[in-house]
Amino acid sequence: MRHRTFWILVSLAAIAVAGACNSRSDVPPVSIVPEGGGAAANAVGATGTSTVSGSITFEGEPPAPETIRMNSDPVCVKEATNTETEYYVVGDGGGLGNVFVYVKEGLSGSYSASGETIVLDQQGCRYTPHVFGVQVGQTVQITNSDPTLHNIHATPAVNAEFNTGQPIQGMSMERTFDQVEVAPDGSPMVPFKCDVHGWMNAYVGVLDHPYFVTTGPDGAFDIGNLPAGNYVIAAWHEMLGEQTQNVTVGDGATANVSFTFTAG
Amino acid sequence: MRWLHFYLRFVVAASLLLIVAGGLVTSTGSGLAVPDWPNTYGTFMFAFPFSQMVGGIFYEHGHRLIASTVGLLTIGLAVWLARIEPRRWVRRLGWTALAAVVTQGLLGGITVLYFLPAPVSISHAGLAQIFFALVVSLTLFTSPGWRTGPGGYGARSDPVLARLALAAPAVIYGQILIGATMRHTGAGLAIPDFPLAFGHLVPPQWTTGIAIHFAHRVGAVAVTAMVLATAGHLLFHHPGRRELTRPALLLSALVLVQVGLGAWTVLSGRQVAVNTAHVAVGAAAFAASVVLALRVHRERFADAGADVRPASSDAAEPIAGSEARA
Repeated sequence: MRHRTFWILVSLAAIAVAGACNSRSDVPPVSIVPEGGGAAANAVGATGTSTVSGSITFEGEPPAPETIRMNSDPVCVKEATNTETEYYVVGDGGGLGNVFVYVKEGLSGSYSASGETIVLDQQGCRYTPHVFGVQVGQTVQITNSDPTLHNIHATPAVNAEFNTGQPIQGMSMERTFDQVEVAPDGSPMVPFKCDVHGWMNAYVGVLDHPYFVTTGPDGAFDIGNLPAGNYVIAAWHEMLGEQTQNVTVGDGATANVSFTFTAG
Repeated sequence: MRWLHFYLRFVVAASLLLIVAGGLVTSTGSGLAVPDWPNTYGTFMFAFPFSQMVGGIFYEHGHRLIASTVGLLTIGLAVWLARIEPRRWVRRLGWTALAAVVTQGLLGGITVLYFLPAPVSISHAGLAQIFFALVVSLTLFTSPGWRTGPGGYGARSDPVLARLALAAPAVIYGQILIGATMRHTGAGLAIPDFPLAFGHLVPPQWTTGIAIHFAHRVGAVAVTAMVLATAGHLLFHHPGRRELTRPALLLSALVLVQVGLGAWTVLSGRQVAVNTAHVAVGAAAFAASVVLALRVHRERFADAGADVRPASSDAAEPIAGSEARA
């Protein structure tokens, strides 16, 4: 009986050791998108010469940014150039930055993924950019420019979750998303976080078309090359949620849309 | 045997430290700060540089290091017991503790590799308490008091005490599992006020999180009532049995502190130190209830201390209450 117990324990230990050979950080990044991107193989989506432009404004006094205490990692204290939260990036004229503006409804057909690689950099223990968009199948290159280690943990609701370590400065990996995921029912887009440095977070909106943009501090945006038509334009902010507006734009014309967010 | 007992005390302390470290991992949200397992950022875990234990890595990797140490200590314990312990069931308990700690390590790895699925994380939390209770029990079984003290603590002569003593750890463990479910499903602040729930005795609206959280509060009332009833019964009927009244009073104190920590956890918005202390005191309360139950039911352990106890002390000493009733 004692021998049998011993061998059971030895077997369990062997399983644990075998697990060591399956270290996740040793596994090269694997695309989660089939060859040719994830867009459906139906009619090709149209492009055009119309534009939807406008601005995002924050009304009232924005909450003051908070100072992030980075002293859990001395490297971050040394490297950080910005230690303030970026929930509310408000420009001089009240423009609101880090708002993801996109065509929510009105497009038809499929659009192939852009060949442009989007870079998400970890620098100064922050993600740059903080809010951005990609197309289904478009490559996101995630880079660690910091001389400290980060883990990149994406927690999507629709796409596959991943959590990968980048312990060495200069490490880079590529990821793609195979399904649309952007502010479903007002919930966040795909959140990225670093579990090592709890203050680091970013959001990516995944769309099956190229008509999206993230605002800068002036709050202005332009979505060009649209075919004429009726659209629902959405503006999403990580703290203030999503607003939508209907807009009609003629061929070669520019339609103006403005959104106003208020705190609380 | 004396050194083995001291060794076990050390294992108990290390295990409690491990539970605190595990609580810190969850309280600080560091469970995935090290994305791989059993390596740490591709490095053999014991070779991972201390200088890189920053941010969430400090908690998660620290938890792994302490866990590995406890695992090694448990191997030593099982081997030591196998070599010198004459009671077969105690030797088997040592191997059981080793199997539990190995399984616990595997659960910890699985929960990291699969992004903290709640059932696995809850199992990890639940097995931690079982392991802790096991090493505490082994410490009791190797103690001089257990091996040479009076037999017959009264379970058969006081059926009320027998049932209360068994029910207490069962209810506390159930409460721990509900707490672990609340913790690993993010329901810790599902009811943000205390002692009321959204200003009412019973929550006016329900979600899964609110239901789990409210169940934990109801469980706290049940545990408190059960423990105070047990202590009250002991103090009233068996006030002279210090080996029973002491753990009962300790258990009562721990449960009252635990209720306070639970309230503080909510009111502080899950402040890390408070939240972690709530986990640790819960483990201590469960262990105290197990010790009390074992002492009350000691006469059921046929060969408890039989190998070392003088033949003249084998006769069960009647307890005060049963003697009075007789």
